[in-house]
Amino acid sequence: MKCRKCSRPAVFNMRQHKLALCEVHYPEWFIAQTQRAVKKYRMFGPDDRVLVAVSGGKDSLSLWDVLLRLGYQADGLYIDLGIDDSVGYSAASREKVEQFAAQRPDARLTVVDLKAEYGETLPEVARRVQRGRVKPCSVCGLIKRHVMNRVTRDGGYDVLATGHNLDDEVAVLFGNVLHWQTGYIARQAPVLPARHDGLVRKVKPFCRFYERETAAYALLTGIDYIYDECPHVVGATSLRYKGILNQMEEESPGTKLQFYLGFLRARKEGFFREQAEEVELHPCTNCGQLTSVPGLCAFCRLWI
Amino acid sequence: MKIIYRDQEWELEGRRRVRDAIKEVGLIPQTVLAVRDGKLLTEDVTLDEDDEVRLIAVISGG
Repeated sequence: MKCRKCSRPAVFNMRQHKLALCEVHYPEWFIAQTQRAVKKYRMFGPDDRVLVAVSGGKDSLSLWDVLLRLGYQADGLYIDLGIDDSVGYSAASREKVEQFAAQRPDARLTVVDLKAEYGETLPEVARRVQRGRVKPCSVCGLIKRHVMNRVTRDGGYDVLATGHNLDDEVAVLFGNVLHWQTGYIARQAPVLPARHDGLVRKVKPFCRFYERETAAYALLTGIDYIYDECPHVVGATSLRYKGILNQMEEESPGTKLQFYLGFLRARKEGFFREQAEEVELHPCTNCGQLTSVPGLCAFCRLWI
Repeated sequence: MKIIYRDQEWELEGRRRVRDAIKEVGLIPQTVLAVRDGKLLTEDVTLDEDDEVRLIAVISGG
């Protein structure tokens, strides 16, 4: 297989785009496509300060790398959840993030250590509360959303960027369609606008990339990321959905892309407008962040 | 050829394309990247008997 641009041997082929590229032209294409998505969905501009939520995985580190290469003012946020299983997941992923930042003089990293700031690690909180014993990933998501929102707001950033890729987005969409979660479907988008002065703007510049595309970018550009999975995610529903979607993709290339782009088109045409009505939000009586139920927010209820 | 994926290893006899080797060990080609001597391979590349190929999982949770 030859590179579409220079006819050298291709190293990566995207069946859904009928596009094969070499080790020089693939990273170039990937960076240009990211810039295109940032502009197409009006995510942010060159004067905006962007906070990139990094986990040490291939998606978020690639995102930070690409935004820095494109010249954006992109800082990183790592949340140390204290997940200390047999492989020392949090310690290992934190090390990858710190190494990444150390190699790039322009990269400024903020680390929030859950245990140091709130007194408990994620596994400790998850064991203590009912919600965490049943679904630790749900508590983890809640904690991360809260901390990301707080650091973005307090740090004066204009926008929070996450490394969600197309496979993440279609797995969520697939799950929400299976259960007809119309409110969630209506709120899924490449850009979530800021609300009032409490909820920060969130963007997903990689939402059109297949997961294998971000992995190939990380590999070809020598980004050292954590390969191991979070021990809590094993057997997660989202992984099962990804498996099913990939089987369909295998038989019919482009299935995932069409599912997602078709959804965005329907959304733009107002298909989910009625469900998208905003719920009323109230400031949490403890931390001040916005919450749907008056009183303490779900994050503060974990600790108080 | 030797195929390595996480902590598993397979020995396959004869030559075959990357795509066929991935399927033969029971994986979905879409979900892995194939690397030989540190170089990424497209799935149409034919592997030789003495090649060693590492498969990298691209799927992560969340």
